[in-house]
Amino acid sequence: MTQNQNNAHADEAPPPTSSALRRLSLSARPRATKANLLAALLALLLGFAVATQVHQNQSAGLETLRQSDLLNILDNATNEASRLDQSARELQATRDQLISGSSSGASAIEAAQQRLDALGILAGTARAHGPGIRMTITDPAGKVTFPLLLDAIQELRDAGAEAIQVNDVRIVASSHFGPRASGIEIDGKNVNQPYTITAIADPATMASAMEIPGGLSENVRQLGATISIAQEQDVTVGALHTLSAPRYARPVPVSAPATP
Amino acid sequence: MIPALGLLIGLAAGILLHPAVPLVLQPYLPIAVIAALDAVFGGVRAVLDGIFNDKVFVVSFLSNVVVAAFIVFLGDQLGVGSQLSTGVVVVLGIRIFSNVASIRRHLFRA
Repeated sequence: MTQNQNNAHADEAPPPTSSALRRLSLSARPRATKANLLAALLALLLGFAVATQVHQNQSAGLETLRQSDLLNILDNATNEASRLDQSARELQATRDQLISGSSSGASAIEAAQQRLDALGILAGTARAHGPGIRMTITDPAGKVTFPLLLDAIQELRDAGAEAIQVNDVRIVASSHFGPRASGIEIDGKNVNQPYTITAIADPATMASAMEIPGGLSENVRQLGATISIAQEQDVTVGALHTLSAPRYARPVPVSAPATP
Repeated sequence: MIPALGLLIGLAAGILLHPAVPLVLQPYLPIAVIAALDAVFGGVRAVLDGIFNDKVFVVSFLSNVVVAAFIVFLGDQLGVGSQLSTGVVVVLGIRIFSNVASIRRHLFRA
């Protein structure tokens, strides 16, 4: 039948293109023959296989590559791995550095704070409290002079006093004593009777240093004045010394070579 | 028409389902696909030539696929699987090209 149709078409001599298209459309007409259904099933299988194979090829891929390509990929992966390894090590080093840096920063702050406290007590810019003695010298005759008081301070320091205050004047390294008409002066401030000396250190040591024969107590009593020494577990040295920046003295740089 | 629909449905099913190819079939599937494509193009050409026959198409399709897979299997057993696969692909490719050229001449007279 097909053959006859073809012959008929050829006889009519239509343009080959349209006859080919007609044949295509003719065969495209759905016919429910067994063979046609089988062909459809095969086509379905083909489409399924094509899609599956394409997907398989895209998802996997290494097993179809040639040896040289595989070597290239392996080299690349190795290089990448070593590069990432290097980078990870650098980052780890940086992280360790930062961690130790922050902890050492905290300890540095702590150390600096301790140093600041010590220097503040030493320089008289910080209030201090602790065990110590409170010593009161009452001198109605006005016989107690500043060298005696200076001796008392020296004795206290000898006994280990860490912070000393006379009346409301803090005694520091630069403190100076002098006479005044109405008493004595310390650091340019008037200090009037009765002289109250507060010192922080071991109370017993300082008290015995004051009471030593030929020491402060004896001298004071010889001058007709009275002295009372109280040992206390907690005295406060509350007076502050005002720091002034040194005008002439300059620190020597630590790195400077020591002069012979 | 029905086979074309079947092809489309098969494609869609393959794309949507993402079936995994069994390991045993992995070397044969691409060759089988190429052989089937050759059969399909041969069938289209036969349609345009006016000598298309359903039975011939089905038989040629199946035999193409089976023979192609068998050749690859044989090549694998002989240790020349990849070379033989290449040979089969070349031969089938040439056939597909000649079929397509014939179809083109029918459709475009060129």
